[in-house]
Amino acid sequence: MTTIIFNRRNLLAAGGTALAAGISGLLLPARAAGLSPTSSMSGGSNNYQKGAAIVDRIGKGGFWMSGTVRRAGDGAPLAKQRIQIWAHTTEGQEHEPQSHGATLTDKDGKFRLEMPQIIPIFGQPHGHLAYDSGEFQTVFLRPVMRSARDKSLEAHFVLQPA
Amino acid sequence: MRLARVSLIWAVLAAAILVPIGLAATSPQLEWRGPIYIVAGFAGIIALGLVLVQPLLIAGYLPGLSGYRGRRAHYWIGGALVVTVVIHVGGLWITSPPDMIDALLFTSPTPFSPFGVIAMWAIFAVAVLAATRQLLGLRPRTWRIAHMSLAVLIVVGIVVHGMLIEGTMETMSKTALCALVLAAGIKVMVDLRVFRKGATPRGENPAGDAR
Repeated sequence: MTTIIFNRRNLLAAGGTALAAGISGLLLPARAAGLSPTSSMSGGSNNYQKGAAIVDRIGKGGFWMSGTVRRAGDGAPLAKQRIQIWAHTTEGQEHEPQSHGATLTDKDGKFRLEMPQIIPIFGQPHGHLAYDSGEFQTVFLRPVMRSARDKSLEAHFVLQPA
Repeated sequence: MRLARVSLIWAVLAAAILVPIGLAATSPQLEWRGPIYIVAGFAGIIALGLVLVQPLLIAGYLPGLSGYRGRRAHYWIGGALVVTVVIHVGGLWITSPPDMIDALLFTSPTPFSPFGVIAMWAIFAVAVLAATRQLLGLRPRTWRIAHMSLAVLIVVGIVVHGMLIEGTMETMSKTALCALVLAAGIKVMVDLRVFRKGATPRGENPAGDAR
């Protein structure tokens, strides 16, 4: 019986992978005509609180959230863009203020913020990121960790003018 | 010999349900969760356990609870299942309203959510039908097909939902419980010849089916 269960699970995982591959396949041709903007992910804005402060580190740290911010079309890195980050961590739930923080991208469009370890909430270990500063269109991301034991997570933004 | 068999059946059933609950109670995840979230999670695990008991009761496989007593227990445990689902969904709603609303609207990013929501509606539908079948004058065969179709959704939905979740349940005990839920559901469907035309369940008086 155990084998059947794992097969079912594998089947679902395979289905999801195929779906993801299909979606990225759809997105790829757009890349040829210029970098297409990132769409918000479903559930990305859950427990968002506008205006998280820019911090050196969220809480006691130990986990790294990183990524890049680029401009749609030419893919130019965007410096000094404010990225807000929040998650359910070992130091608080998603909606609690101490779970929120923000950071700015460097001249290469990269950002990196230390935060407490993310732990699974609602069945998946995931983080939330937002670009919501007005100059470009707002994007909410919700990346999922490959394993709950991961010590880092990445998310990448391609923004289009508002 | 008979006593040994009876004890074995009850011991296996108790272990299948209580071991996963016990192991979940030792999960390190609990440290980072609030009490309402913890209660909601355990309500879900208990619901999974009740879904294992239900087919066994209605098929009369549990010693001391066959026939009429089995059906009465099945009826009341069905009610308990509704309560656990309400606690599960309600507790998760309080923990994170936007995530729960996404799940209920089938817009959740998590692949397991729709399976859970479908199982929830199927459980509610069975409960409403069971409570009103006499009022509605449902024929036994109509009731049986409706209940069993919904039961398929419940069993498949709750098992897929549970298996895909990364939560407090320990993987091996969760897999074993889910396997037993599936096995019990399939065995009872086959034994009671649910979807066979004109069939009456084994060892059950067709007249007794009306209640």
